Amino acid sequence: MSRIILETRGLTKHYGGVHALEDANFVLHEGEHVAVVGDNGAGKSTFVRQVTAVEQRTAGEVIFDGQPVHFAGPLEARQAGIETVFQTLALADDLDVPSNLFLGRELFRFRFGPFSWLDKKTMRDRTLEALKTTAVKIPNVDNPIRNMSGGQRQCVSIARTAAFASKLVIMDEPTAALGVQETAQVENIIRGLKARGIPMILISHNLRQVFDLVDRIVVFRRGRIVASLRKEETDGNDIVSYITGVKGGADTYA
Amino acid sequence: MAQPTHGLGGLKYDPAKRTRAPEWNVFGALVLIVVIFEVLNRVNGGSFLFNMRDNVDAIFNQQRLDIMILQVAITGIIAIGVTQVIILGGIDLSSGSVVGATAMIVMSFAQTALVNGNPNPKAIFGDWAMDLPVIVPILIGLACGMAAGFVNGALVAYTRIPPFIATLGMMVSARGVARWWSNGQPVSFPTESYGSLANGDILGGLTFGLISWPGQNPAVIFVILAVLFQLIMLKTLYGKRCYAIGSNEAAARMSGINVDRHKALVYTIAGMLTAVAAILLTSKNLTAQAGMGVMYELDAIAMAVIGGVSLAGGRGSIIGTVLGAAIFSVIISGFTSIRLDAYYQEMVKGAIIVGAVVLDQWRQRTRARG
Repeated sequence: MSRIILETRGLTKHYGGVHALEDANFVLHEGEHVAVVGDNGAGKSTFVRQVTAVEQRTAGEVIFDGQPVHFAGPLEARQAGIETVFQTLALADDLDVPSNLFLGRELFRFRFGPFSWLDKKTMRDRTLEALKTTAVKIPNVDNPIRNMSGGQRQCVSIARTAAFASKLVIMDEPTAALGVQETAQVENIIRGLKARGIPMILISHNLRQVFDLVDRIVVFRRGRIVASLRKEETDGNDIVSYITGVKGGADTYA
Repeated sequence: MAQPTHGLGGLKYDPAKRTRAPEWNVFGALVLIVVIFEVLNRVNGGSFLFNMRDNVDAIFNQQRLDIMILQVAITGIIAIGVTQVIILGGIDLSSGSVVGATAMIVMSFAQTALVNGNPNPKAIFGDWAMDLPVIVPILIGLACGMAAGFVNGALVAYTRIPPFIATLGMMVSARGVARWWSNGQPVSFPTESYGSLANGDILGGLTFGLISWPGQNPAVIFVILAVLFQLIMLKTLYGKRCYAIGSNEAAARMSGINVDRHKALVYTIAGMLTAVAAILLTSKNLTAQAGMGVMYELDAIAMAVIGGVSLAGGRGSIIGTVLGAAIFSVIISGFTSIRLDAYYQEMVKGAIIVGAVVLDQWRQRTRARG
């Protein structure tokens, strides 16, 4: 088996008395795409928030790229190579597409502290390139994204993730608010990441999408991982049984 | 596979689809107002903008242009800083009071020892503070403004209190400093070099044929600062961060921008620009009084708002504010030119500020729908 890119051991998160995540043991291999599924409140988003350090875990270990890590915040996680698309859009509405793609990692003509001169042309060119590889259709990248549809904005957000993806991409319900065409666009971006060999964790409610895109499916139920199944070994009914708790006692835990 | 509708066809640059810069609307309004006043003047046989005297060889009414640019130059410099603060998503109510406090302090270091052979009757300090090189009061003034701005910024960034409250506190306190400084007495009689800062014309009446450069040093400095900060806001990381924070502070934070430090920096720069205004104002008047700069903050905010700077943050530009200042000035001069009472001026000024915001909101809504 190929190298392990992300591993969690006994990852646990308690909000006061609420045990949102309990003893999660999770492994992601290089180049692998894994879906995280489960009911609302099953602990999927909580799991991602611990890995990306949006919240600090109660207990357990996160091993990323061979090293145990303790990120202080999402920024450190990003600098280490974990790109995340959050459910809430992290875009600045009044900026154009290149500015959003390069927000926080601008390119410069010359550097002079906060008054460093931006290299707008290169950023724009690289943006068009990035959009091309992701096949995202944006009428005009020089407009502020305020004037764009929800789907286009989500595509910009995902294109940003895809463009800078280095070691691991995490997407939390990337198509939840999108129409049919826009969903297809996002799925194409995900296939592009797969082709580039970039590992991904995809949180989704859409089982059709999950079976379409990923190699392995991890099922969360009541804060615990109850199943980890290769796509070929399972089907929709099987997954639903795990999600709803029909299957998934201690005996079937893989 | 990619469906054809998601192909590369949509990536072409289409200038027709580009949103028109809102500054053009402001510029249109400015032209419209100028035309209205020109017509009103023509009805009475005069002209608002153009030279009507046969014995003067010029296209424009030079005197009026000089007054128009001079009367907004000093508040315009404040507005340049206020614009940045508003784009950042904040507000600065303290500018007027900081002008007052800075004016008093600066003037105390710009005094001359002998007035007509007698000791300076308004002396604040002893001989050591008399006849200092002009750079000393300038640096002290800039430091005062920056200190006040930094306190504003630090309060907003690190205590997370609303900018309205933080700068309201500074507004009251700085006015207190201005009154306390010399127990309410004016500070007067600056050195000759200090007095010439705002009263000269470094361009020496620059003339192109029948058009000459209007205005004195405050106007020149206003224009230079406006161009400088327009470039900074448009082309540098500083500007990009202002727009990003004003647009979506959480996203800016998540993208790794040090939002708190940037806020402190922007308020500090706004304070520095306020100090420039205070220096020019005291130099122009050759005196400093504790009541100087009252209501300047509102004029500056009004210029920005008329110029299309959104109080919600993230939108607007220095150019817009300069156009807003021009509209502001044209209205004042326009009413004077048709001999309308000053009381009406204020009433109309208020209506125009409200009208500009209503128009802006309306424009945003129609665009969001379209």
